[in-house]
Amino acid sequence: MDDFIAARSQMALSLGFHIIYSCIGMVMPVFMAISHYKWIKTKDPVYKNITIAWSKGVAIFFATGAVSGTMLSFELGLLWPGFMKHAGPIFGMPFSLEGVAFFIEAIALGFFLYGWNKLNTWFHWATGIVVGVSGIASGILVVSANSWMNSPSGFDFVNGQYLNIDPLKAMFNEAWFSEALHMTIAAFSATGFAVAGIHALMIYRKRNVHFHSKAFKIAIIFGAAAAILQPLSGDISAKGAAKRQPAKLAAMEAYFHTQTYAPLVIGGIPDTAAKKVNYGIEIPGLLSFLVHDNFKQEVNGLDKIPVKNQPPIAVTHYAFQIMVGFGMLMMLMGILYFIALWRKKSWFTKAWFLKMFIYATPAGFIALEAGWTVTEVGRQPWIIQGVMRTSEAVTPMPGIQYSFYLFTFIYFTLSVFVIFLLKRQIQMVPELYDR
Amino acid sequence: MLYVVILFLFAAITLYFLLGGADFGAGIIELFTSTDNKDRTRKTSYQAIGPIWEANHMWLIITVVILFVGFPTIYSEMCIYLHIPLLIMLMGIIARGTAFAFRNYDAIKDEKTQGFYNHMFVYSSFVTPLFLGIIAGSALSGQIDPTAKTFAGAYIFSWLNWFSVAVGLFTVALCGFLAAIYLIGECTEVYDIKRFIKKAKAMNIAAVIIGALVFLASGVEHVHLSDWIFGNTLSLIAVIVATLSLILLWFIISDTKNKQWIRVLAAFQVSMILIAVGHTRFPRFVIFKDGSSMSLLTEHATSKTINDLGMGLLIGSLFILPALGYLYYSFKKKGNEPAADH
Repeated sequence: MDDFIAARSQMALSLGFHIIYSCIGMVMPVFMAISHYKWIKTKDPVYKNITIAWSKGVAIFFATGAVSGTMLSFELGLLWPGFMKHAGPIFGMPFSLEGVAFFIEAIALGFFLYGWNKLNTWFHWATGIVVGVSGIASGILVVSANSWMNSPSGFDFVNGQYLNIDPLKAMFNEAWFSEALHMTIAAFSATGFAVAGIHALMIYRKRNVHFHSKAFKIAIIFGAAAAILQPLSGDISAKGAAKRQPAKLAAMEAYFHTQTYAPLVIGGIPDTAAKKVNYGIEIPGLLSFLVHDNFKQEVNGLDKIPVKNQPPIAVTHYAFQIMVGFGMLMMLMGILYFIALWRKKSWFTKAWFLKMFIYATPAGFIALEAGWTVTEVGRQPWIIQGVMRTSEAVTPMPGIQYSFYLFTFIYFTLSVFVIFLLKRQIQMVPELYDR
Repeated sequence: MLYVVILFLFAAITLYFLLGGADFGAGIIELFTSTDNKDRTRKTSYQAIGPIWEANHMWLIITVVILFVGFPTIYSEMCIYLHIPLLIMLMGIIARGTAFAFRNYDAIKDEKTQGFYNHMFVYSSFVTPLFLGIIAGSALSGQIDPTAKTFAGAYIFSWLNWFSVAVGLFTVALCGFLAAIYLIGECTEVYDIKRFIKKAKAMNIAAVIIGALVFLASGVEHVHLSDWIFGNTLSLIAVIVATLSLILLWFIISDTKNKQWIRVLAAFQVSMILIAVGHTRFPRFVIFKDGSSMSLLTEHATSKTINDLGMGLLIGSLFILPALGYLYYSFKKKGNEPAADH
């Protein structure tokens, strides 16, 4: 395996796993705090038990997320020293603030996990909120660093020199808001659907139905609401990509030829040699409308971009289709959930309704991974859009493939462990949490 | 502002050593505990580090962030030539962090899986500080050779040498020593207190012997360690004060009334060693085989970045330090009733 490909694969693998751990680690505390609040207010012990059961999950995911995050902060340098040498001082601001937020989160988590019966009730509750808020802040800050790579700002690039560096301007680059919004909503919908799916399975199997129904409700309300909001934020992101990264947008849509009444292609197999998409469904004018708010205006295609500056088209296109497909599915399910909540309470006990959510357990995370594939693969061949190529950034050390194999092994083992532990948590619900 | 950032850098490294290092030390102590007493050690160390260990390891993140934002060339050079030890250290961090969380949060506590987590925990607690020490030893001792023509010359012998390995072992001994001293104060039973006093003394003797080995190894590798320390007034004072505090520590260690004092003394002693080493090399942070070096005073980011970073750290510490202080106060000062789960 080529060192460059190995380094990219290792980074993709590390981020791919870290994203799952950290999304759960930032959203679960919010669910936990809601349940904790209900316990304090209603004194219904089932809420206390849900809070404690979830907090065990949070502790496992936080620990895994913290170590995989530590690893990433080193991998940036281990794999991409050429990038970090120049980018560190420019986009480091959100990372240093993220370090602070992460620190506060770790402190608050210590209070929360070990504070039962030791701290004042409301102080204890507030520490849970701090875990959630600082977790979400960490997420937003890290995404802001990523958005800088997509829309670099806060410096002047003159003759290969990085001049007039302004870290704050770099942090609040053009893409930070749309990316952070899209990611935060995605974290809520993915975690919401995943947690709800697991509890739905338990309800379906008629195990501790009361406990799992309450847990299901808290998780799915967030998941459903986020899934319904997500297409709106997706629209903001797509318009931003069209403006700042036309190559990415064109690759997402596998849109080869610049034209007026630009069509939106759904599905299909891109043929890069023939510059066309086979078996796709074309809706004329829709891409123009999505990008420019009218059906006629011209949209720039891949033909406007030199081949050496084009991202891998097929991967970006497929990933985008997967993301949108799963996103739409979750939005529909979210609407169905709210219909059930307001008009059709009887659905909650129906097998088809529960099964639907059971099957959708991984849906949000599939969409999330696909979305990150679009962002990252769609930015190629650049590590800093338009400024530095990924190939210029890679470490000179040979033999990165072995490091890649090692990391693959570590992450898969780690995931097997986390799944094993979650299974045991769920298995023990009747004994530990819902006697 | 540059000096503020440098101060934060050294403070973060020192705190990581004193707090995170002691966490590693808890695992090292467990590794060197006889089978009969392992459960007791495990229980004490869980009570001691359970609520605070995640926070203790954040100092490493702060260190790394300061390096890559403020001193990017230093960070990237270290990442290139010390890639392999950094990688091993990271694996240690992963294994240790997850093993600690898994063994406490596994809903079913059967012997087989707990035994597995325990093994993972103790061995990674040994390996991680060993490689942290190796990395520090290699960066400061001028073993990194960017002009090397072979893979081994550039990426292996830059860290695999007698001096770096000796520094690594010295780090392990110091972590174990810190942990044993801290754990004395966590015990409720005289039997355990006696055990940890013995462990602290053993670790201390080990540290002194390995310390001597570091000097021997420095001779073999042509690192002028004695010049560093004896040719520099502040470092010399730091070493003398550290030795004096060590002697004092041995006198008062057996009296349980002094448990807070011996903690302070041990932390003080280790800080003095770090100051001695840091000061003699300052402002050099990475030294190469050809004698050239990378200085914190020249290899820093532009002053705008350093200013923003310094402000970020100052404002951040306004939030972190009081919260951290209250965390320690809540779980350390308020006595050691058994850690209630819920």
